[in-house]
Amino acid sequence: MGDNFNEMLEADGSVRPAYALLHKWLETQTPSDLRGKIREAESIFRRLGITFSVYGTEEASERLIPFDIIPRIFAASEWRRLEAGIAQRVGALNAFIDDVYHRQEIVRAGKVPGDLILQNEAYLPQMAGHSPARNVYSHIIGTDIVRVGANEFYVLEDNCRTPSGVSYMLEDREAMMFLFPDLFAKHRVAPIEHYPELLRQTLDSVAPPQCDGEPTCVVLTPGIYNSAFFEHAFLADEMGVQLVTGDDLFVEDGWLYMRTTRSPVKVDVVYRRIDDDFLDPLTFNPDSTLGVPGIFDIYRAGRVTIVNAPGAGIADDKAVYSFMPEIVEFYTGEKPILNNVPTWRCSDTDSLAYVLEHLEELVVKEVHGSGGYGMLVGPTASKKEVAAFRQVLKKRPANYIAQPTLALSSCPTFVNSGVAPRHVDLRPFALTGDRMRITPGGFTRVAMKKGSLVVNSSQGGGTKDTWVLED
Amino acid sequence: MLLGRTAASLFWMARYMERAENMARLIEVSYRISLMPKPFRAHQDDWSSALKSAHCEATFADKYDTASQENVIQHLVLDRENPSSIRSSMETARNNGRAVRTALSRDVWESLNATWNELSALRMNQLSSDKLPGFLDWIKQRSMLFRGAMLGTALRRDSFHFCQAGAFIERADNTARILDVKYHILLPRGAGPGSSIDRQQWASLLRSVSAHRAYRWAYRDASYQPWNVAQFLILNPAMPRSLLFCYDWISNNALSEIEEEYGDGTLPCHETANKTMALLANANMEKIFQNGLHEFLSDFIDRNNRLTAEIATAYNFP
Repeated sequence: MGDNFNEMLEADGSVRPAYALLHKWLETQTPSDLRGKIREAESIFRRLGITFSVYGTEEASERLIPFDIIPRIFAASEWRRLEAGIAQRVGALNAFIDDVYHRQEIVRAGKVPGDLILQNEAYLPQMAGHSPARNVYSHIIGTDIVRVGANEFYVLEDNCRTPSGVSYMLEDREAMMFLFPDLFAKHRVAPIEHYPELLRQTLDSVAPPQCDGEPTCVVLTPGIYNSAFFEHAFLADEMGVQLVTGDDLFVEDGWLYMRTTRSPVKVDVVYRRIDDDFLDPLTFNPDSTLGVPGIFDIYRAGRVTIVNAPGAGIADDKAVYSFMPEIVEFYTGEKPILNNVPTWRCSDTDSLAYVLEHLEELVVKEVHGSGGYGMLVGPTASKKEVAAFRQVLKKRPANYIAQPTLALSSCPTFVNSGVAPRHVDLRPFALTGDRMRITPGGFTRVAMKKGSLVVNSSQGGGTKDTWVLED
Repeated sequence: MLLGRTAASLFWMARYMERAENMARLIEVSYRISLMPKPFRAHQDDWSSALKSAHCEATFADKYDTASQENVIQHLVLDRENPSSIRSSMETARNNGRAVRTALSRDVWESLNATWNELSALRMNQLSSDKLPGFLDWIKQRSMLFRGAMLGTALRRDSFHFCQAGAFIERADNTARILDVKYHILLPRGAGPGSSIDRQQWASLLRSVSAHRAYRWAYRDASYQPWNVAQFLILNPAMPRSLLFCYDWISNNALSEIEEEYGDGTLPCHETANKTMALLANANMEKIFQNGLHEFLSDFIDRNNRLTAEIATAYNFP
């Protein structure tokens, strides 16, 4: 782990230019100053109810995500490159989904196997032939990116369904501006607080063509017990649209309405934060009580826009992921700017043999898993854990993919022992509607434990404010 | 535009906050009586009458055999299985608020959330009886903070009026129930001062609606008169927990504001509220006692419940 890329310091210990002022400032701060600021931040978050729920723990079901008060900084030039890479990839992902549900040119061209799509759980046959407004399927994409070198970025995962975390990005910034106004005065940090406005513009721009006049948008949440409920409420509030549950919506005479204290109000765009499966009990899971009966039919009829589109998950499937270099090249005609992590599909016999042989070096993930559950991080796992995982893997190999462990970059982080480097990843958010809108920076997650590479908040990871400096 | 569900959540949020505060007062008074020397404790069943006033007899009987102080306090303060316990009320209020936080001002939300954070961290055994008065005081303060935040920061529009309707319907229900459980001590019994036990009961009744001092200012009598005590809590327009005061808010303020804002005409809930208001405005204590105080109060409680149901129908509560 010694040769990880340190985002603040050069190999010789000198400070990289983007961090120059921050480094100087850090030297003037005592651990007790910083500890006091952390307590202040936590009490703000707690009071505001910025929490997330942890599944499976009855006690303290609402927890704070640990917040690290040392920002992560990107220079303008670094960000420009990243942004170009994200835009390229996000464009390709939407083109891919459109193709998957129409002519499947990419299969005909022999770039990806047909089975990978048609046999995929994330493929929704009900979507075949449907063209949503502006042919956009995944309007909000959160791309998980890690850094291993000065100009080396790898995409770990594309989140094309209902990516979360954007409220932390915004609240972390608010907290930092409250706690350290002097730091902002010294840096030219690109603002991000207009994200909700951009989201609202994106939603408005994909209203169904049949909608005349100002579109009515809503945020559809599963309810207060969902782990990301805070974010749903936050975004609805910031955008000035209604936060609704399935009960509040109904379909009548081919249109979608919400129940108000007066007469029903027609709804044009649904930013849903519930999974495809729960969206419509008439089309998908019949036991779902979270969704809206009949919404899918009127969606297909072009009378409402669902954001992100049902079936968009085909693009972030972990098995499809391994074909991303081909996918990017096929639709953009360019070489991918961001790297893909080499991936072994365990469904393949030769790959499985390799993975079983090298379990100690690899990260093995469930194809459909998320949140850092059900994965093995070979280098940090105990012998016993590796042995147990070997059995699981042998039983259902098609359920898993494996990747080499990357030497994740680290950023200065305030921990018990003081300021120390900790591994980070990055989730920037790209919005696609009438045009693409990418917010500078994103949501940085940090593994608070020394040496740990698992940054998921459900596994004890924390967050950091992410700064993109302007030239 | 307000979702029917949002209106319902606001209504119940305010109702449960009011309920928690009323419950704290009720327990406070019962606890105070339990500290009195025996002769003043006329009835063995002071704690069971607290259960009755709180409308918690059924949930209590499911769990306990005897209405001992310890059991009743446990049930009314921290019991998660009792939907009207202080803890449950606060949780319901906060969950309703959380579900509609976009409809709340930041100050209102923070007051709710901070209260719940502190309360949920409290363990059962931390509330020994010497801590009880302090705890009940804290609950009242938090409820008042919530009310203050609401009055000071909420836009005066439908969302606010639904909160107010909920709070005053709950308050009216609470005052009516407390009176109904104790109505026998208020019945006229010829001239002369009551016994010391009677005086004690009247004082407690007033205390349970925070009115024992206010009574002195409203009525010049040297001692409590049961007739006046009843008048004070039912018909006195200046007493903020009297039935008349509550209905003035419900009918002439909250509901008529919504009616005006929406312009959708007069709905059954408005008619019911106006009728109850007229009934109170035209009443006098003589007639009420003639026709039966208990009958009057049970009729009122029924009307008040019916109003909740009609509001729910009129405004599409889920």
